[in-house]
Amino acid sequence: MELVEVAVIGAGPAGLAASIEAAKAGAEVVLIDENNRPGGQLFKQIHKFFGSKSHMAGIRGINIATKLLEDCEKFGVKTLLNTVAFGLFEENRIGLANKDKKSILRAKRIILATGASENVLNFPGWTLPGVMGAGALQTMMNVNRVLPGKRILMIGSGNVGLIVSYQALQAGAKVVAIVEAAPQIGGYGVHAAKIRRAGVPILISHTVKKVFGNDCVEGAVIVRLDKKWKPILGSEKKIKVDVVCLSVGLNPLTELAWMAGCKFVYIPALGGHIPIHNWNMESSKKDLYVAGDLTGVEEASTALEEGKLAGLAVAESLGYLKREKASKRKAEIREQLIALRAGPFGELRRKLKEPFMQGDEIRK
Amino acid sequence: MNKGLKFTGVISEEELKRCPGYPSEERFKKGPVAVIECIQEIPCNPCEAACPFGAIEIGEPITNLPVLDEKKCRGCGVCISSCPGLAIFTVDMSYSKTEAVVSFPFEYLPLPKIGEKVKAVNREGRIVTVGRILKIKNSLKNDHTPIISLAIPKKWAAEVRSIVIPQNKKERK
Repeated sequence: MELVEVAVIGAGPAGLAASIEAAKAGAEVVLIDENNRPGGQLFKQIHKFFGSKSHMAGIRGINIATKLLEDCEKFGVKTLLNTVAFGLFEENRIGLANKDKKSILRAKRIILATGASENVLNFPGWTLPGVMGAGALQTMMNVNRVLPGKRILMIGSGNVGLIVSYQALQAGAKVVAIVEAAPQIGGYGVHAAKIRRAGVPILISHTVKKVFGNDCVEGAVIVRLDKKWKPILGSEKKIKVDVVCLSVGLNPLTELAWMAGCKFVYIPALGGHIPIHNWNMESSKKDLYVAGDLTGVEEASTALEEGKLAGLAVAESLGYLKREKASKRKAEIREQLIALRAGPFGELRRKLKEPFMQGDEIRK
Repeated sequence: MNKGLKFTGVISEEELKRCPGYPSEERFKKGPVAVIECIQEIPCNPCEAACPFGAIEIGEPITNLPVLDEKKCRGCGVCISSCPGLAIFTVDMSYSKTEAVVSFPFEYLPLPKIGEKVKAVNREGRIVTVGRILKIKNSLKNDHTPIISLAIPKKWAAEVRSIVIPQNKKERK
């Protein structure tokens, strides 16, 4: 059985950043991902990122991914693609499956950066082909260059819904409407403004009542909601669409962390159950670290910073980094995370994550 | 119904008046100037470093709204493509007796042609007038965010913020 120093599961922003930090410090790193290409959601993010100029803001996600992959290469991160980590077992053993081949990898430290998966919404017709998650639409458009429909109804006005709507417009589709059950738009006003300029209506206090069609989506019925979020009878409107796209939040992908026996806490505003961790992103299980959306659904920019933290902590615990140097870097990252979680959109997340930003001690 | 960006996706007049990136009436009259329609405190600051004249200040924390120093601003438009939110424009009220020039980011293909007459839209995407494409800036620095400069009748300068996107060209008046 192969024994490596660090195994990172998930090659999205958190996993890539963690791998780079640990490898840069001198650790041997194996990065595992079930997809045929590393990068997680980053290669679908063709828009420019918000954030601080000194931390890659203004750069498109796809270009951030390219840079991260270059760094992985530069620092000698070994990447296993098309490889599913199907289980975590005693003595830091990871069960891997690559097509039909199964293997066990042992690692001195394991970093879980498994990300999140999309929530779904059920309504009559929700199983019809043409009803899909925003992630699916984004993958088809931006990775595979396929536009699954010409007239799209977007459910949900968070940043994902707004950004994917914008990308659908760029891909040449019409976004017939965005409906939002809440009485206000969920995502950034600037994202909303740019799709309004493109002629897309955003209907707050509205939801989808049903989707209809013979063997695929041919239309949808939307309905207005009252103050108690109850549908207002008689306010139904039929619209002609061929895609109904769901962007109604995400929840952390926690299976491996549960299997490992991590302690969890339930925080709905962070997406549900998240593994308890400390400021080093170390979970309640020895040698097991967590980072990114798994530890609370946020954004790529925060995932990157958390990944760096986990990578640094792991490198320190393996003796590759002196405490002083690691602490200095971690303090910088802390500042950055506080900045990214500031303002009306980040405040709640900052408060909810604060208890996990304690405990700088490294368990060797 | 509630007005304002949070409810409609369209910045309201009152919000614009309070917006520290929105130039004064006097400044508009003097010639090209940046119009920064950014009113929510989100962690973002690339525009600050983009301005070669130091006319945009955010400082710390980076959630501060961008403040436009309208005396320093020359309306060069370098900031337009730096804004990840596509919320910066320039307006030149001094272009001619009858026309103003509005410059805006436009990330849709195909791009219009220089000299082409196109339908100009307001913040709600409603067609309000017809404009003439004067210039399209799309250098490497823009990183795929072309900037279109559009000549329009002066009275629409405060409203026009884009043109009809290609797939909507045949629809609506």
